[in-house]
Amino acid sequence: MHFEYNVKSGDFSNAGSASSQIKKVLKQLNVDSVTIKRIVVALYEAEVNVVAHSFGGTIFADVTAEEIILVLKDTGPGIPDITKAMQEGFSTASPQVREMGFGAGMGLPNIKKNADKLEIRSEVGVGTEVKIMVKLS
Amino acid sequence: MKVEEIVKALDLRVFSGEKGLSNEINNGYVSDLLSDVMGSAEAGSTWITLQTHKNVMAIASLKELSAIILVKGFKPEDDTATQSNEENIPVLGTDKQAFEIAGELFNLLKK
Repeated sequence: MHFEYNVKSGDFSNAGSASSQIKKVLKQLNVDSVTIKRIVVALYEAEVNVVAHSFGGTIFADVTAEEIILVLKDTGPGIPDITKAMQEGFSTASPQVREMGFGAGMGLPNIKKNADKLEIRSEVGVGTEVKIMVKLS
Repeated sequence: MKVEEIVKALDLRVFSGEKGLSNEINNGYVSDLLSDVMGSAEAGSTWITLQTHKNVMAIASLKELSAIILVKGFKPEDDTATQSNEENIPVLGTDKQAFEIAGELFNLLKK
């Protein structure tokens, strides 16, 4: 199964809607609840990153019996130093975003903790591609 | 314990999500950092926070939390309340600060 969702820059009020729809799909497929929770945490964080940091992007979700692959592709400033971005507590979020309770530098570590595989490719001034893989069986 | 029982015992306001007052509560979590709640709160928890915007509901729904308690007299934003009604996750309120209400809820759930 293949799904695509558009994510708008700065649209915090809809952040999490793709995660919510994927959650419904996985529940219908009888994926166990522990796995669903891991996927939802990882996808939500990645979705919020696109809203908070990029100029907009798309989520591509591919579900098979064995795994779910989530690819979040955005256009935007990119990540100059991915190793630094992966560090817990490091954030480049704006003060407004931090006031909402985001930007604590926990997003990417949360994704890594919950994914079986995480790949990040980024080009400064072009955009970022985050690929999250979680095994379903 | 049900949400309506803690509403009564802790004298909480019910802003929205009345249909979820029969939700079962088995734990609590106190945080204003959304990623912290996303990463660590357990399903069935009551979330104590001062964040009032709609993303609070997105997290509560994705994490299957039972209710949200807003502290220090904060009120939910309109779209937060709307989503609370749709998701049947009550948004509750108190004038107390987080330390006090968390302590009271902790004692109540421990019984």
